[in-house]
Amino acid sequence: MDLLKVNWGRRKHSLFYYLFLASKQLFPLDLYLFSPNPFRFDQPSSSSRLFDFGRMSQAGVDVPAKGGFSFDLCKRNDMLIQKGLKAPSFLKTGTTIVGLIFKDGVILGADTRATEGPIVADKNCEKIHYMAPNIYCCGAGTAADTEAVTGIFLSNIDMVSSQLRLHRYQTGRDSRVITALTLLKKHLFSYQGHVSAALVLGGVDITGPHLHTIYPHGSTDTLPFATMGSGSLAAMSVFEAKYKEGLTRDEGIKLVAEAICSGIFNDLGSGSNVDICVITKGHKEYLRNYMEPNPRTYVSSKGYSFTKKTEVLRTKITPLMERVEITEVGEAMEE
Amino acid sequence: MSIFEYNGSAVVAMVGKNCFAIASDRRLGVQLQTIATDFQRISKIHDRVFIALSGLATDVQTLYQRLVFRHKLYQLREERDMKPETFASLVSAILYEKRFGPYLCQPVIAGLGEDEKPFICTMDSIGAKELAKDFVVSGTASESLYGACEAMYKPDMEAEELFETISQALLSSVDRDCLSGWGGHVYVVTPTEIKERILKGRMD
Repeated sequence: MDLLKVNWGRRKHSLFYYLFLASKQLFPLDLYLFSPNPFRFDQPSSSSRLFDFGRMSQAGVDVPAKGGFSFDLCKRNDMLIQKGLKAPSFLKTGTTIVGLIFKDGVILGADTRATEGPIVADKNCEKIHYMAPNIYCCGAGTAADTEAVTGIFLSNIDMVSSQLRLHRYQTGRDSRVITALTLLKKHLFSYQGHVSAALVLGGVDITGPHLHTIYPHGSTDTLPFATMGSGSLAAMSVFEAKYKEGLTRDEGIKLVAEAICSGIFNDLGSGSNVDICVITKGHKEYLRNYMEPNPRTYVSSKGYSFTKKTEVLRTKITPLMERVEITEVGEAMEE
Repeated sequence: MSIFEYNGSAVVAMVGKNCFAIASDRRLGVQLQTIATDFQRISKIHDRVFIALSGLATDVQTLYQRLVFRHKLYQLREERDMKPETFASLVSAILYEKRFGPYLCQPVIAGLGEDEKPFICTMDSIGAKELAKDFVVSGTASESLYGACEAMYKPDMEAEELFETISQALLSSVDRDCLSGWGGHVYVVTPTEIKERILKGRMD
């Protein structure tokens, strides 16, 4: 397991860095002990700090570890598992995600069900993520991983959407799909499949429309039509039967909707509604809930009425202050 | 037994008309033995944002302290309170940072955003956000809570009706779960006041 993803900050070339490279088979625990953590203030349990990189003056004031993963709870979690407690299960997006290339661009489609084991946790989640104005990405697998890998909420430069934006600012050009592809596959490969995100990446750039699939271990395929997720076989059967080159926009949307519906109705991990994203040169359309083939039909119009009210032991009412707007009136003071 | 079933918990949040309600049970146990019947799972971040954490109680308390700390830093820097959407992103980032050795708790966040529009969301233990427009649930009683809320929820309820609905959903769900219950703790927040109520439930 090659967990090299540690934030070394400015001290990239200390002697220890080379020692570390030499001993690549380290347990995550060792990684934790050796990694500099500027935010010691936050972790009273950090007793054995073998190496101090002299950045500790920032502790207590700055935001905790800038990016990357932190492994400090691994030891405790392993201890709990050894005592017989089962590890937690994560929110997965069982999913059917598809993409196809039509005459003028790319169409991406996804279902909207998120599952937690056998239970449907979210009946209408969004699986088509924004990467760049001309590139979108559908994600299947562990929901947190697909959101993080494609998202921008982590200020770490590792997250692809923010990296693409910075690249756009630097080069002054629109992003290319192949750039997003390379960034994603590098990130996923470096975690050796532990970041469990299977993606369908599609977009239109200066070189034309592109569609790629990316597997959790980092391998990629470039295809005219692609499906991923637990419903991929159901959707692929529709594509294999009905896909042809040079589809028009409406034919393409109809085919994608049909493929996702076959996933929704035949695969238990996919369900609810169909989301579609159409990307053409210079223009994109995100059709959220394009089709809703599973509306709720059993709602009682009377609603629920409770004859026996809940018994309340104590009530405490805290009035909230009015929100005060401060407006600057008058001129600023002169120096 | 799963790690989340070590302490037992039940948390639910619901959206009403310009208000929201967030409720939890009050039991703290060590597997099948009850240790406390007044455990605080819902915490106030600021007047308009509440977070309730279900799962391992030690992580609930640690994570709450970390989040309050981060919010206080934000208040000092920005001189204003965090919006609920921003707070949800913050929690998600803190949880994902520990992707390979996670905090063993699942938060439910509820708040009043811009224009007093209620916001609720829940996450799994590694920060996958799940925004909902009606209700979110978490904890060992989550499966019963899903069922009860699906049946009892109506959109655009006023504060009193919302309180009644969420209490009934919570109490009926925890009755079907051994590890949670022993009363209920409900906060109903409107733009003008926060009403905190302790419910009487079955003590078994």
